[in-house]
Amino acid sequence: MPSAESRVRVKRIDNVSQVEFVDRNILDEGNIQMIGEEISRLIDAEQSPRLLISFANVEHLSSAALGTLITINNRIRARSGQLRLANIDPQIYEVFVITRLNKLFQIHESTEEAMKSFT
Amino acid sequence: MSELTPPAPDSATLSVTNEPESIRTAEAQVVQAIERYHYPKASLFAIRLSLHEAMSNAFRHGHSKLPPHTPVRLTYHVKDQEVHLAIEDQGPGFKPENVPDPTLDENLERGSGRGLLLIRSYMAHAQYNDKGNRLEMVYVRPQAS
Repeated sequence: MPSAESRVRVKRIDNVSQVEFVDRNILDEGNIQMIGEEISRLIDAEQSPRLLISFANVEHLSSAALGTLITINNRIRARSGQLRLANIDPQIYEVFVITRLNKLFQIHESTEEAMKSFT
Repeated sequence: MSELTPPAPDSATLSVTNEPESIRTAEAQVVQAIERYHYPKASLFAIRLSLHEAMSNAFRHGHSKLPPHTPVRLTYHVKDQEVHLAIEDQGPGFKPENVPDPTLDENLERGSGRGLLLIRSYMAHAQYNDKGNRLEMVYVRPQAS
């Protein structure tokens, strides 16, 4: 059950945790830390976590948020899990391209496509 | 425009502390000044992100050994075709050439070091002073295609 201060919304569908952000702007370092902690708890609660992070409502994100995504990715890999990103606005996708993180993450256009990609 | 809130001036120097409200207020003032010049949405995104990254670097690295409320000085000047920004911290400075290239394969999973890369990608000009505690940036309005 998310707390009143939760920065993410989580739905559990077909053994995949679908994560959405509460905030449109993922810039504030305190919020980014909270997001990292909440998602880490989700990951640690599973043997082989399958996580889909949707950026559907996100308009801005900082390099600190990218750092947290990398930590999440490493944590999931350490537990032999799978991470997918989806619904990324073109301007934010450009941030992934500039930083070459589009090579590190599995990014899909839509939630449906991302869901189909889990093995 | 609200009658209670004066419009953001085209240029100003602001003192910003490392607190979410102070950072948000400063970013909002700059964005409001830029919006008045009808820059495209992509420009607003690029400038806001660059400004955020520059302030974040100033606090996280420049002020890492200073008292927590030590302010950073932000100066902005919005013109019809260009936006000038300068962020000056009170730290000892750093050498930007010593920041590892985060796009190299061996650095791709590093947790930090991407702020300056993003700034340089979006800005027409981004230069630190010799001491390395003041970053001057210029954004140029894209030509209409």
